[in-house]
Amino acid sequence: MKCQQCERPATFHITELTGGKPQELHLCEEHARHYLTTTGGEPSGSGGMAAALAQQVQQMAIGQTAEELAHLDQQACPVCGITFYEFRSQGRLGCPHDYVAFTKQLEPLIYNVHGESEHVGKRPRRSSGSSEERTQLIRLRREMREAVENELYEKASELRDQIRRIETEQVA
Amino acid sequence: MEIKELTQTSGEWLRGDGPEADIVISSRVRLARNLAEFPFIRRATPQDRVQIERILRDAIIHSQVSNSLLYIALDELEAVDRQLLVERHLISREHAEAQGRRAVAIDKAEKFSLMINEEDHLRIQVMQSGFNLQSVWQQITAIDDAIEQRVTYAFHERLGYLTACPTNVGTGLRVSVMLHLPALVITRQIEKVFRSLQKISLAVRGLFGEGSQAMGDFYQISNQITLGRGEDELVQQVNDIVPVIIDYERQARQFLIKESQENLHDRVSRAYGILRTAQTISSEETMHLLSSVRMGVNLGLIPKLQIADINELFIHTQPAHLQKRTGGELDSADRNIERARYLRQYLNREEGANRAEKN
Repeated sequence: MKCQQCERPATFHITELTGGKPQELHLCEEHARHYLTTTGGEPSGSGGMAAALAQQVQQMAIGQTAEELAHLDQQACPVCGITFYEFRSQGRLGCPHDYVAFTKQLEPLIYNVHGESEHVGKRPRRSSGSSEERTQLIRLRREMREAVENELYEKASELRDQIRRIETEQVA
Repeated sequence: MEIKELTQTSGEWLRGDGPEADIVISSRVRLARNLAEFPFIRRATPQDRVQIERILRDAIIHSQVSNSLLYIALDELEAVDRQLLVERHLISREHAEAQGRRAVAIDKAEKFSLMINEEDHLRIQVMQSGFNLQSVWQQITAIDDAIEQRVTYAFHERLGYLTACPTNVGTGLRVSVMLHLPALVITRQIEKVFRSLQKISLAVRGLFGEGSQAMGDFYQISNQITLGRGEDELVQQVNDIVPVIIDYERQARQFLIKESQENLHDRVSRAYGILRTAQTISSEETMHLLSSVRMGVNLGLIPKLQIADINELFIHTQPAHLQKRTGGELDSADRNIERARYLRQYLNREEGANRAEKN
């Protein structure tokens, strides 16, 4: 593959996840260097940083038929409502539950980025179960908003009580 | 404490001391964290943002991570003040330019900052002058623990800490070291360094990346992978590679001296001369010349100046710092005049002050 900016072979394959849409770049060493030193990056530690991903990242859906792809794209997270297509075009997920809802699509992506698929290292003291339970609040709040919009006030008030119950459960 | 006071000081990471401070500007670690019960920022409603900010503000204030915390609501701040925080690396450019409720908590020594409603709900970063990643890691993990006692972070049994972008999932950790590598740039060896870092999946980027050139010969080296390796291992990987690069840079400097001490001295002196006499000067040119002067100071070619002086000039000649000091909005042409005035005053004053001491 040739560099997108000159005739030399592209040796750097960069997926830029910062900014609006993820962008694939194929550059020679010199242009890759130029690109990496002139784009915003993570000026504050993170800052910001999600950094440009100067790493070979395969297209997540290589080898799948257009039909399968369209199906995967249309799938939506039951908690926050984002579709996989929206994630693909924005490069950012909608809520923690997306990692569960889009496991099939995200697993190869995550593996390509990190070369690993399991967390090693620090964990919060409280259980991950309580984390997942609290993530359901996102769904309940969304359902409550929708109930109000549709003038289903009885349902909305039930949801509100349910939300309050979970919210006031001791965090610590 | 007022934001304007920041323009009088340099902040922790520019102190110019700590191990290897001639080449390593700063050591920095950041952690990305999200609350389990809210959508990630891109999908959050304005009410969500308000609630996230309130919960994290309470958690930060009550966890007493510092007894001298400056808490700033960024959505109530003027653009120039937000820019000032960006120039000091206390918030990211994205955080400054975003919309909606967002905030930052900074300790007064500027050793750490906690960004709320950035790309993730919470971004904790700790910075230190010089090369000292272990100490930075110890500090940040203690802050993280203190906050975690009061909130429920989004965490998955197998994937670890969940982040808005899958590139940060797992540890949510970014370890970075800012290096000043002028001799590797002059001797055109910097590409080689990039290539070898690329192979071990470390990222290299410019420090002040907004311009069209790699400015000031500053490079930031950081880990790319955040999943499947422990925090210790990720810190260690950067920790192991930095001394190798420092060594390359030192060798390149020795090579330049050996090859032609006169040429090198000439380069440094001319840069110093322009900075002391220019009447109008762009940010890019200032960075470029300061880089040569900084190396000259390290090599003992400009005995009048300290590294801390140069570090300060790098920051104080940035647009928002200039404007805060003059107290008004300046267009680009006026900034160039003001920048030149500031440089002349600073560099000629330094010389005068030192002379007075010697007498």
